Amino acid sequence: MGKTLYQKVWDAHSVGTLSDGRTQLFIGTHLIHEVTSPQAFGMLRDLELEVKYPKRTFATIDHIVPTENQDQPADPLAAEMIDAIRMNCDDFGVTYFDLKSGKQGIVHVVGPEQGITQPGSTIACGDSHTATHGAFGAIAFGIGTTQVRDVLATQTMAMEKLKARRIEVNGTLRPGVYAKDVTLHIIRLLGAKGGIGYAYEYAGSTFDNFTMEERMTVCNMAIEGGARCGYVNPDDTTFEFLKGRPYAPSEEEWDAAVEGWKSFASDPDAEFDDIVKINAEDIEPTVTWGISPDHGIAIGENIPDSADTDDAEEKAVIDEALAYMKIPAGTPIKGIPIDVAFMGSCTNGRLSDFREAAKFLKGRKVASSVKAIAVPGSQITAIQCEKEGIDKIFEEAGFEWRAAGCSMCLAMNPDKLIGDQICASSSNRNFKGRQGSPIGRTVLMSPVMVAAAAVEGKIADARETFDVTDTCAVA
Amino acid sequence: MAIEPITQVSGRAIHVPGADIDTDRIIPARFMKCVTFDGLGEYAFYDVRFDPETGEKTNHPLNDDRFSQASIMLTGINFGCGSSREHAPQSLGKYGFKAIVAESYAEIFFGNSTTLGIPCVIAKKEELDPLKAAVEADPTLEVTIDIENLTVSGGDITIPVTIPDSARHALLSGKYDPIAELLENKEKIEATAASLSYVS
Ligand code: SF4
Repeated sequence: MGKTLYQKVWDAHSVGTLSDGRTQLFIGTHLIHEVTSPQAFGMLRDLELEVKYPKRTFATIDHIVPTENQDQPADPLAAEMIDAIRMNCDDFGVTYFDLKSGKQGIVHVVGPEQGITQPGSTIACGDSHTATHGAFGAIAFGIGTTQVRDVLATQTMAMEKLKARRIEVNGTLRPGVYAKDVTLHIIRLLGAKGGIGYAYEYAGSTFDNFTMEERMTVCNMAIEGGARCGYVNPDDTTFEFLKGRPYAPSEEEWDAAVEGWKSFASDPDAEFDDIVKINAEDIEPTVTWGISPDHGIAIGENIPDSADTDDAEEKAVIDEALAYMKIPAGTPIKGIPIDVAFMGSCTNGRLSDFREAAKFLKGRKVASSVKAIAVPGSQITAIQCEKEGIDKIFEEAGFEWRAAGCSMCLAMNPDKLIGDQICASSSNRNFKGRQGSPIGRTVLMSPVMVAAAAVEGKIADARETFDVTDTCAVA
Repeated sequence: MAIEPITQVSGRAIHVPGADIDTDRIIPARFMKCVTFDGLGEYAFYDVRFDPETGEKTNHPLNDDRFSQASIMLTGINFGCGSSREHAPQSLGKYGFKAIVAESYAEIFFGNSTTLGIPCVIAKKEELDPLKAAVEADPTLEVTIDIENLTVSGGDITIPVTIPDSARHALLSGKYDPIAELLENKEKIEATAASLSYVS
């Protein structure tokens, strides 16, 4: 019986078995950011420990960075956190992509961009969207701060092995349907808890044909489906993406590295604990209507009504979500007015996301009732967009073009919803209060759907707002 | 780095109802602007304890004085989902919670809590419901979580609970913070590092 990539990477990184039965797993690549690392460095100092392999940890700042003027956090607490990570990286010899480096950005955008994210590796970061890096055939997962300490001190952590589920999507996405819709569709199908205890292997012809950025969008939200990590087997698309990146293997080492990477891909006869099959043609542009990422519906559907179910628990979930969202049960989701449009985050803040949205925004105007902001995922993304004139297209349409950071994905910087504003968002979480206002409302969707909502001033079907017949080249 | 084994936790309990209580709810992100965990206790469940518009106390159970001494939380399914922030169990711990009984947990939250020595045991809904009712009827009820025998009891109710073996063992042997053991295996760590082409 063959092995899955998950199994192979696990075996290659197992240091041994701990007395509680867990595996001591070697973490080849450790990424850190300003929010979950200072306490870990504090613990290290308390225990008088060093960083075991300082070259295997990479740092950047993203969560609290202001996007209007990156250099000037008005908030003294934010400034203190920026100082702390700079000092900790200095003290312990860790590579730090700071604001002046030209390489700063959301940690899950920076890793791949720098070629730090590589197939067959283990990657950990004190951030749940670390699953993103699985797009390269890495086993990548989010960890807590105490585990950040463990990885700093020993380059290992205690971990229990997961089961493996293969999610196969086959076929061609229809025009106007994107990787974001694939991931929202999967979560809708399997539920926000469906992946608990699993690593997800995303496979099938749809994934084979996806770009790396599309694969990242899907893996990014593995965690919203409950899975600790998600991955795609490495292939030529992966290798092509990595070639020539700063931390990728050099020309001399390249062929051997590729051979090594290929050997990690799941064997054709690998055994899975579970297999799910989905037809790409069945996937519609998907948006959320509630307060959990599995509250998703196709854009043409109606908002659920608790009267339609006999299940008491389901009723309660729908009622709670709709009471929070203040939207009427049973009516179309299409047409609900929005106040804010947010383009960005580690799910959809990459070059291809801005390129695709710009294609349709060109010559269009954001509705006057909407505040729209576009936030590149990294300084490198920003510069490339600016080179291609994408920033101008966004600005002319009425978007504010901001500097790199997590921005309105969460509430740790000045970009926040106000009151019960409703936001069409390309990010990954629609939890209560996620976007900074305790009563703010989030509707998750693809970047092109955000663009359509911005233009219409309401939740819209991008296929009606724009001429999407030529999207296949990208999707 | 010897730590005390945790074999049982006793105290008053509180029922915090809800499914999928996520870490943003447990500790809103804006309170994570800190370089230590010290002050997090007072912000646990902040946005549901205080009305976002008026700032007034809501009728959230944590605001109910009858439960002010509770140190065990009884709650629903998929508790702690969402982000990996350890700030969530840290804030619950600093608020005064020593253990949680729920129908299920998000994985990262579970791991983070165990490492901090906050046992998270799992009970079936139909078995947990009577205990929740008993606690609501009598907030002074002493509830005991027995990690050794895998039960939770309060008054004349005793229910079976589960917890993954590794977590149970870690708590009972005082090894829930794995750092000492991880450090011990220095040579094996170095051998693994040497075997990985991208590391060495
Ligand atoms: S963009 Fe959002 S989800 Fe991604 S790392 Fe930043 S805060 Fe987390």
